[in-house]
Amino acid sequence: MADIFDAYALADAWDEMFVRPGEVRTAYEPVLAALQPIEPSELRFRADQMARAFTDRGVTYAFAGEERPWPLDLVPRIIDALEWDLIQRGVAQRVRALEAYLSDAYSHCRAFEDGVVPWRLLLNSAHFHRAAQGVEPPGGVRIHVAGIDLVRDEAGDLRVLEDNVRVPSGVSYVIENRRAMTRIFPSLFAEQHVVPVDGYAGRLLAALRAAAPAGTQDPRVVVLTPGPGNAAYFEHALLARLMGVQLVVGHDLTCRNNRVWMRTTRGEVPVHVVYRRLDDDFLDPLHFRPDSVIGCPGIMNAAQAGNVTLANAVGNGIADDKLLYTYVPDLIRYYLSEEPILPNVESYRPDEPGQLEAVLDQIEHLVIKPVDGAGGQGIVIGPKADTKTLERTRKAVAADPRGWIAQRPVALSTSPTLAGERMAPRHIDLRPFAVNDGTDVWVLPGGLTRVALQEGNLIVNSSQGGGSKDTWVLAEGPAEHPEPLTPNGGLPEVAPRQHGPDGNPTVVQEGAQQQ
Amino acid sequence: MNDVILSRIAEALTWTGRYVERADTTGRILDAYLHRMLEDPWRDEDVACRSLYAILGVDAGGERVDMQQVLDQLAFDARSTCSIEGALGAARLNARSAREAVSSEMWECLNSTWHALADQRLAARRTGPYAYLELVRRRAALFFGLADSTMSRDDSWRFVVLGRSLERVDMTVRLLSVRVLDAAHAPDWTTLLSASGADEAYARVYGGFGDTPRVAEFLLLDRDFPRSALHALTTAEECLTALGRQRQDPARRPIGRLRTRLEYLDSHALEEQLPALLKDLQHACMDSAEAVAELFFPYQGPVEWAQEGA
Repeated sequence: MADIFDAYALADAWDEMFVRPGEVRTAYEPVLAALQPIEPSELRFRADQMARAFTDRGVTYAFAGEERPWPLDLVPRIIDALEWDLIQRGVAQRVRALEAYLSDAYSHCRAFEDGVVPWRLLLNSAHFHRAAQGVEPPGGVRIHVAGIDLVRDEAGDLRVLEDNVRVPSGVSYVIENRRAMTRIFPSLFAEQHVVPVDGYAGRLLAALRAAAPAGTQDPRVVVLTPGPGNAAYFEHALLARLMGVQLVVGHDLTCRNNRVWMRTTRGEVPVHVVYRRLDDDFLDPLHFRPDSVIGCPGIMNAAQAGNVTLANAVGNGIADDKLLYTYVPDLIRYYLSEEPILPNVESYRPDEPGQLEAVLDQIEHLVIKPVDGAGGQGIVIGPKADTKTLERTRKAVAADPRGWIAQRPVALSTSPTLAGERMAPRHIDLRPFAVNDGTDVWVLPGGLTRVALQEGNLIVNSSQGGGSKDTWVLAEGPAEHPEPLTPNGGLPEVAPRQHGPDGNPTVVQEGAQQQ
Repeated sequence: MNDVILSRIAEALTWTGRYVERADTTGRILDAYLHRMLEDPWRDEDVACRSLYAILGVDAGGERVDMQQVLDQLAFDARSTCSIEGALGAARLNARSAREAVSSEMWECLNSTWHALADQRLAARRTGPYAYLELVRRRAALFFGLADSTMSRDDSWRFVVLGRSLERVDMTVRLLSVRVLDAAHAPDWTTLLSASGADEAYARVYGGFGDTPRVAEFLLLDRDFPRSALHALTTAEECLTALGRQRQDPARRPIGRLRTRLEYLDSHALEEQLPALLKDLQHACMDSAEAVAELFFPYQGPVEWAQEGA
């Protein structure tokens, strides 16, 4: 029998499943045992089935103008309880520090006064919005939802690659991936103690309701989407559906007297919390881009007046600026008096004296990123770039040092991924999602593992042809037994089923009826 | 928490119901016609096709028309909501924009149907359109079955059912209109019955085959058959009653009037009144649909706020 791992040659990176060829990591033993006997054609069949199911259910994304099924690889990514504990604490710590920074930056600016972060970082940021200044959000929460991107380096250490605290997306795929995997590998799943991911919507709704303006009795929460044309519309609709709240587009809302209303078949009803899934720039044409037709005019005034809560808050972009990223370890020490649990990737700040030259000198050995790029756009990977690209990048960085950061290239860890009919190592990252309800930062167990489907590629974004993996966080020890349904633990008494005529009367019965 | 629905969603739900019903009925009518034409060697294809166009309110043009053209235009044309494919595509888009209001099973039914149409269309070119038409009929039944079994009986559900009912009256009236107005070229009564999926129900009530004007009576006045005009009007009125909050409901009034008129209609007088009645029915549906739009989903363009902001 052909073994799908036969030709599996480790890449020049940490491998999630194998220590060395043939030696599997403990957490992955059951997965390997379950996958190994499966014929390649059978694996392909299951992958096709899954793609078909995703297409039918509309779990798709736009790639090069085409609607494609969400790419989920069949091999899960596994995180044991110990490592998850580290991730969870590290992510929550990061979110708390970024919250503190946002609160500070939009009020007293202590960190700038104390020289922890240079003033120019705030004043030059394209995402610094005066409209957000002085707005004290309910419960002090500005980051209701965060997605912190992690990678594992060559030594096996997890590092933060970037923070997303504006409108992080992808959580719907965590939920959909799990749903698909339990259907494709039911038996494998049953053997593992995988922590469920279905608690997300409940946590999110609770956090959004907790963020309502003070004194709101029964807060009405809505999800604001740019519309069905948006690449993440599927996610917006899923979250609205799971939370049982309305999914609105800009012109469903109207603002009067600094309050937000939505137009319903029973007239206008007030809205208290808007989980907005569009960028600041498009949110309110009165404040930001006047040409935006997907926003709601006046919503920013209502937020400033404290009558509606926008989640995430406007102006959060100053906290996930990639240059600020380089200061986050310092911010953790400054605001929380703690040591960072998860380290950054070693980075350079070209806008600091001396560092620009260092970056320009060794640009071919570095990864160069625009500070406000999204979706992997504009990233130049020095060791893989041609001379022309390097020269162009060198000029761009020299012309606008504030617009770029440089990082040591990290060979992201690899995980076995189905390529054709064989397993091959592909680079992956991880985006855990955190929800902040003002008292607690909760991290969804797992997160979105993205895969660069091209051999050797380091860019994992789905907009660049990346795939995904279901991420399993293993529970510590066996699951506890739930309370029995009946007090004595026995089976409840139920009435026997009733039966109708069987529709196939025998001759004897027919004869009996005739008498 | 979800005690109200957005006007936009209500509109999308109504049209989802309408378009699925339209695809279903169009499929049934095409099926009945095709069948009839195959069985009747003396039939003039051009004339039959023209009466089909007339029923569905599509311009046939001046050239001779054949069945292939009819199928291209009334079944496979994705750009026109008068065709099956166009109607299902529009239903899918509407359901997609009301994604959190329809159940996942309903959405998946529409979405997978829409994806399946391409294959069936190719197959139809080789082996005839029957499998295609059957798929549409089955999926429409599945869709409304899912609406019945997975949606709460709240306003969202009522808008879906209202859309379906109004479209049903409209299609039944269209079918009968051609028969009444142009008897020479119109389909025979049997075809009318099977196009409405009513042949068996009719046989059970009248104990025979439908070659009499009684078919009109059945399709308009039968209380129990779900595709009769009376039944569909009653359902629409029930929805409007539950949705409405005014005593003088401009959406319900035209429907209610016609419903009462049908209820008390003397079946002997039916034949004579038929042309006027069909016209009135069509107008009542249009008036009601317009009033529904005005009441529940007034136009909300970006124009309003552009002025406010200036």
